[in-house]
Amino acid sequence: MNESPKTPASEPAPQGIRLTEQQLRARRNRSIAIALALGAFVIVIFLVTIVRLGGNVLTRPM
Amino acid sequence: MSVTIARVEPSVAGVGDYIELMKPRVMSLVVFTALVGMLLAPGHVNPVLGFTALICIAVGAGAAGALNMWYDADIDARMTRTAGRPVPLGRVMPGEAAGFGMTLAVFSIVTLGLLVNVTAAALLGFTILFYVVIYTMWLKRSTPQNIVIGGAAGALPPVVGWAAATGGNIAIEPVLLFLIIFFWTPPHFWALSLYRTDDYARAGIPMLPVVAGERATRRQILIYTLILAPLGVMPWILGYAGPTYGLVALAVGGIMIGLALRVRKEGSGHVASKQMFAFSILYLFLLFAMLLVDRVSGVAFGHFAA
Repeated sequence: MNESPKTPASEPAPQGIRLTEQQLRARRNRSIAIALALGAFVIVIFLVTIVRLGGNVLTRPM
Repeated sequence: MSVTIARVEPSVAGVGDYIELMKPRVMSLVVFTALVGMLLAPGHVNPVLGFTALICIAVGAGAAGALNMWYDADIDARMTRTAGRPVPLGRVMPGEAAGFGMTLAVFSIVTLGLLVNVTAAALLGFTILFYVVIYTMWLKRSTPQNIVIGGAAGALPPVVGWAAATGGNIAIEPVLLFLIIFFWTPPHFWALSLYRTDDYARAGIPMLPVVAGERATRRQILIYTLILAPLGVMPWILGYAGPTYGLVALAVGGIMIGLALRVRKEGSGHVASKQMFAFSILYLFLLFAMLLVDRVSGVAFGHFAA
């Protein structure tokens, strides 16, 4: 038996997910928060690296 | 437990929901006690490393909070105090809370280990594991001793702070701080549970007043407070803190015992238990704040014991 999926010609083609204003705003705010957190993480790693290296940070092998 | 999700909607969770998952009020107490543990430690802590350690401890505490809210979403939904949390409200999906918590846990532990020291990182990892697995997943739903044993997780942050400052040498002082918070936890939470008994009973959590009744709970609050008050004075008796700390510890310890006696006598009312719950927060804050003041003034004006 060969049953093909029945799609009425009147049904519109799927258009994906449309985000509401609220969802878009929430996503944007979350993205900004993640960016800030990552930025802070990078700064912490940088500062600790400088502190750990101390004066040696300027010593470069020629 | 069956969860039916008709259709997965794009998330509307804001940054505030994720901050709420980290239990900011608990986090602030954790950071404060860890800071005291760190500053009481002998020697000098590099401010950058100290700050980094505190951030890691704060994020670790947030991770534990998020994992707790993920696992406890079913009982949180049945209690008025917790029904407004992001997961029971449906603003954050359980899986999102779990992923958020796990990511923060791994990041905080690994960062503390790589940037500060491995002992502090191991202790932080143990604290998170203890809170999430031993307390949340196991004890909370199975025994009225849940908060007694689980309290160890809340008592560990000053030890983590001390380990971060000393490179891992644990002495008697952080153990004393641990014991103070450990014996503070039961009277604090039992005082709360006395006037939230219905909530806990509805959620099926075997809190002491639900299982053993109010009378037994009021007696237990008094017993733990009688152990706590002398412990609070110990840093002075053992010479780790000055007489100012000692006097404050004696005074607030006396008030705690007085309140515990009133809770015991109260019978069925809840006025004294509400006062006890509120004052217990002030008690712990004052003890640790005085230790901090003592240490800072000791450094500034020459240590009293020296």
